[in-house]
Amino acid sequence: MTIRIYDHHAFMTYLQFSSVMEPQEKKKIILVKQRLHFAWRSRALQPSTVFCCCRCPCEGTMAHCHTARLLGRFLRLHQNGVRHCSYSASRKNLYINKNTKVICQGFTGKQGTFHSQQALDYGTNLVGGISPGKGGKTHLGLPVFNSVKEAKEQTGASATVIYVPPPFAAAAINEAIDAEMPLVVCITEGIPQQDMVRVKHRLVRQGKTRLVGPNCPGVINPGECKIGIMPGHIHKKGRIGIVSRSGTLTYEAVHQTTQVGLGQSFCVGIGGDPFNGTNFIDCLDVFLKDPHTEGIILIGEIGGNAEEDAAAFLKENNSGPNAKPVVSFIAGLTAPPGRRMGHAGAIIAGGKGGAKEKIAALQSAGVVVSMSPAQLGSTIYKEFEKRKLL
Amino acid sequence: MAAPLAKQAGAVLRDLALRSARLRGGCPAVQLTSRRWLNLQEYQSKKLMADHGVTVQRFFVADSANDALEAAQRLKAKEIVLKAQILAGGRGKGIFNSGLKGGVHLTKDPKTVEQLAKQMIGYNLSTKQTPKDGVTVKKVMVAEALNISRETYFAILMDRACNGPVMVGSPQGGVDIEEVAVTSPELIFKEEIDIFEGIQDRQALQMAKNLGFKGPLQQQAADQIKKLYNLFLKIDATQVEVNPFGETPEGQVVCFDAKINFDDNAEFRQKEIFAMDDKSENEPIENEAAKYDLKYIGLDGNIACFVNGAGLAMATCDIISLNGGKPANFLDLGGGVKEAQVYQAFKLLTADPKERGGEGALCCCQQVVQGRGWQSIGQESPSASVQATQQSCSQCHQMAFLCG
Repeated sequence: MTIRIYDHHAFMTYLQFSSVMEPQEKKKIILVKQRLHFAWRSRALQPSTVFCCCRCPCEGTMAHCHTARLLGRFLRLHQNGVRHCSYSASRKNLYINKNTKVICQGFTGKQGTFHSQQALDYGTNLVGGISPGKGGKTHLGLPVFNSVKEAKEQTGASATVIYVPPPFAAAAINEAIDAEMPLVVCITEGIPQQDMVRVKHRLVRQGKTRLVGPNCPGVINPGECKIGIMPGHIHKKGRIGIVSRSGTLTYEAVHQTTQVGLGQSFCVGIGGDPFNGTNFIDCLDVFLKDPHTEGIILIGEIGGNAEEDAAAFLKENNSGPNAKPVVSFIAGLTAPPGRRMGHAGAIIAGGKGGAKEKIAALQSAGVVVSMSPAQLGSTIYKEFEKRKLL
Repeated sequence: MAAPLAKQAGAVLRDLALRSARLRGGCPAVQLTSRRWLNLQEYQSKKLMADHGVTVQRFFVADSANDALEAAQRLKAKEIVLKAQILAGGRGKGIFNSGLKGGVHLTKDPKTVEQLAKQMIGYNLSTKQTPKDGVTVKKVMVAEALNISRETYFAILMDRACNGPVMVGSPQGGVDIEEVAVTSPELIFKEEIDIFEGIQDRQALQMAKNLGFKGPLQQQAADQIKKLYNLFLKIDATQVEVNPFGETPEGQVVCFDAKINFDDNAEFRQKEIFAMDDKSENEPIENEAAKYDLKYIGLDGNIACFVNGAGLAMATCDIISLNGGKPANFLDLGGGVKEAQVYQAFKLLTADPKERGGEGALCCCQQVVQGRGWQSIGQESPSASVQATQQSCSQCHQMAFLCG
């Protein structure tokens, strides 16, 4: 079998694999320097052609992890999953519940202490925290450990929340990845982008740890487990999954869905940083597979391509008679092109990433886009009425 | 959530707003000055580059006509380019209130340099990107003028889609790269760099080839590319854009101009660079706001916004527009807002002459509920009637108010 590799992404993957390939295997790989979409148009791709890790934006059906896995098998590589493939396996770690044992990094700091107490008051199963040098002590009635590894071994925790200041936060995330924590929620805002690029490089090449954030309000399963800084009591256990890039805007959606009686099954704030651990698609995948989530609210904002990617994902995975209703709001519609107001991630550049384009993309995927953030609850309520889900 | 985030908003807002304003063809809706993430003058950016081994034109900085003469003489260059140092762009076509036309001049005679500098330093230069009255020129750059035989474009940025640093280059430099991307996409070359492996020699060479450098210039360009990448990492830049990345007839590869965007989040470890921040071209109200850690951006409407959270702030502006109004500002209190800040924020808003009426947006702050801010403002601006509707829907009471 001849393997043709297109696209610089594929090339990068080839480089990754080539270091462990046998010489005769290398010969079988033909590097084609055509851009993938030109190749598609020129019909250079044959059914027998295997290609890997292409993320050409022109056609969503081109790049597939199964292809990369084929390549991996051919090259007898099993240890490193192909990026994106193994990391998405950690999506399931987002499912927190009342049994999830949570530890807190930065436990004895001001933020750590305040929010840990809030979590305990809410009923989160917080079992301890980390504060290097203060291991052995007690804080808020819980044990303090010197390291994540120690805390995990001694408490059996499966989630950690990070309230460590920016200069040390990336190291804290790395420590949690080293300890193979299934879920890491990093609340810290202000982590240098370069630090997060390095963390993410590691993150996407493994599948045990799922990171949410940084610079996010956290994850909450109302009534069961609250990991983060969101105000617990506006939430109500219910049927809507909420995913958002913004913190305070999320609380709007939460409040409204509580008021219309639908409640929330699960809320994830993915945060506003350009390099973060979890995106819309990760959460949508979880929501679509969760039987308790009957409707979804997605809150986006100007800048980047996250909403467009989410729309493409929904088109493929949430259509037909059993599609779950999705309602969305995109903040920044009235920010003129070229303006940036707010999150580090919210920036419009060269015509892409504008609210109009995002709204159009989402609408074409069957999402009902509300023009006002004050009508999220009423809009999803109407969708439920239409589908006779009430 | 948005404390340093909205702080960046002002920076980038300006940097990009002018580009969009020019595209729209009309005058910008706001009086803004072109700004980078961090306000570095050209000579500061070039010094930064030179310190990291990047080839830039030899230059000196002068803050008096005398110094300019001395600098020109010291330079011993065949031709000299004199450039007024202001943050805004469009200097070449600007006008001084001394009568001198153009903020960039070429001459072979140091004496001319002195005469021109006399008409620049201490005077205001107005360009398309400055406020009407222009900006006072305090320093000028006296640089060796080099001929450019070929212009290319080269940039390094942190790209979200690739989750890391990406090099972007085009043999078609000197013009708007976005235009090239649309008209001739095959002339845009991208290369991802693995942040742990760093830039590989073959990657730098390949990019040099793609940029059209030939023969010994290829290796020279590749070296410059590597040095630019190292600079990019060392100073925690989010983007380093060199346009033009040029070739001289004498066979030198030179970075003729660069735009560097810095990561504000890295300020704690880039103190030297952030200390160079020149705030003098900001709107005073913004500097005032920054003093109290408030993120304020002036817009062109008359309805004040006062919000906790960047996403919510944007949404607030959206809602105002949806209902036919125009936001006067974007003001993000940030997560850790204190009473004193709320008070200062109110003062800022009420002091702003553009405000006819104000609509406050959601305020997630116990301190505001406690009312100190309200009462003080009430006394100072009797025309402002404050109505507070309290919805206790969270531990930090959310509140919508009208201030009209």
